[in-house]
Amino acid sequence: MDIQWSILVEYAPFFLKGTLLTIGLSLAGILIGTILGLFIGLGKMMKNKFLSFPFGVYITLFRGTPMLVQIMLIHFAVVPLFTGGTNGIAAAILTLSLNSAAYIAEIFRAGIQSIDKGQMEAARSLGMTHVQAMRYVILPQAFKRMIPPLGNEFIVLIKESSLASLVAAPELMYWGRAMQGQYFRVWEPYITAALIYLLLTLSLSYVLSRLERRLATE
Amino acid sequence: MIEVKNLKKSFGTNVVLKDINVTVKPQEVVVVIGPSGSGKSTFLRCINLLESITDGHVYIEGIDITDKKSDINKVRTEVGMVFQQFNLFPHKKVIENIMLAPMKVRNTSAEEARKKGLELLRKVGLEDKAEAYPDSLSGGQKQRVAIARALAMEPKIMLFDEPTSALDPEMVGEVLEVMKQLAKEGMTMVVVTHEMGFAKEVGDRVIFMDGGLIVEENVPNELFDYPKEERTKAFLSKVL
Ligand SMILES: Nc1ncnc2c1ncn2[C@@H]1O[C@H](COP(=O)(O)OP(=O)(O)OP(=O)(O)O)[C@@H](O)[C@H]1O
Ligand SMILES: [Mg+2]
Repeated sequence: MDIQWSILVEYAPFFLKGTLLTIGLSLAGILIGTILGLFIGLGKMMKNKFLSFPFGVYITLFRGTPMLVQIMLIHFAVVPLFTGGTNGIAAAILTLSLNSAAYIAEIFRAGIQSIDKGQMEAARSLGMTHVQAMRYVILPQAFKRMIPPLGNEFIVLIKESSLASLVAAPELMYWGRAMQGQYFRVWEPYITAALIYLLLTLSLSYVLSRLERRLATE
Repeated sequence: MIEVKNLKKSFGTNVVLKDINVTVKPQEVVVVIGPSGSGKSTFLRCINLLESITDGHVYIEGIDITDKKSDINKVRTEVGMVFQQFNLFPHKKVIENIMLAPMKVRNTSAEEARKKGLELLRKVGLEDKAEAYPDSLSGGQKQRVAIARALAMEPKIMLFDEPTSALDPEMVGEVLEVMKQLAKEGMTMVVVTHEMGFAKEVGDRVIFMDGGLIVEENVPNELFDYPKEERTKAFLSKVL
């Protein structure tokens, strides 16, 4: 295996741009997914079965089908339906957000339900409203427990953002594939891409473990 | 002060309270005893609507809490509750546990809430634990903090659900002592407990429940020494 350094040097600016887009897609997915996930999680926890049912269906659909299928559907069917054309970046952000929202909804729900119900009862017995009890008693405790699974989900999201290359969003994996197409080389593009993904996920794990430790000692 | 009229409660098809009628007068200490599963906790939890009421009425100072229009949060500020499992907020310091509800529900200033909190901690003998987290306390200490936390809302009524049942025997006394003090100060109390000594010494009235019904009620000495009902006799012979 002889590595052709020259083509790597040639592609370096593209990998850099691709990496930035990968970070952008992942961040957008995490942010939108978290906000959507909170609402969907709350929706699924509603006592009224008719109201909570659609949220359950949403979660089942997005967790039970491959993200590859989702991104294809969204790119070629859903986005054109609304805009009349395709847009790889929009489709990627939409898919990452909607997909992670389903997982985050479940993380959120599990976190809240893991808190002993005596906590809610104690808060309510003191005269707090349901919202106050959630805000001051339940959520602060649940949040701590949600950090490890949320971190996991964020890492999964960074890796899954590579699917965006299939809908022509010029992120990291897209440029890897472009390099393979141009030079018929496989080691250089994909090892490079792998190392950059690893760098991203390891950095995120590091930040998360720091955060976890800080919260644990508080 | 508390008036329970024809209270019925079922969980699905399981009828837990059949027809409960109780009146608790101001400053009265009512002790509820009975075998496990007889509905004592459920009865207590219906008084501040921690359980929804299937049928009947509960009046707290004349307000019917089963009426949808009643402001249950307001009523609950008048009714403190102490749980068997303490239910302290583990992410908050002892003093913050006590300050939280007055600040959020009554809009008391932090300064005033702290002052009041420290006063209450002194009352339950735990002034030095203000800055500690609940996890570092013993069971008896936790329960005394829980009592202080409930008192911080200045309730007119206190409900206790087996407050000493989760404690090591050597810690039961310190909690009962605080409760006796409260009773002496004229707090209206409903106490579910297996501490017959406490019932005799502090109780104005003892209610014996079995199978979701009040089987017998009387002043402590009468009920303990001259029980009328067979079921009461059978229960007392087991616990005394
Ligand atoms: N949330 C609930 N859902 C279904 N059944 C319940 C619930 N809470 C209590 N029960 C049932 O109601 C009955 C009375 O329970 P309760 O806790 O009031 O009894 P208790 O007298 O307090 O008993 P113990 O001395 O063991 O605390 C029991 O048969 C119990 O299984
Ligand atoms: Mg009980």
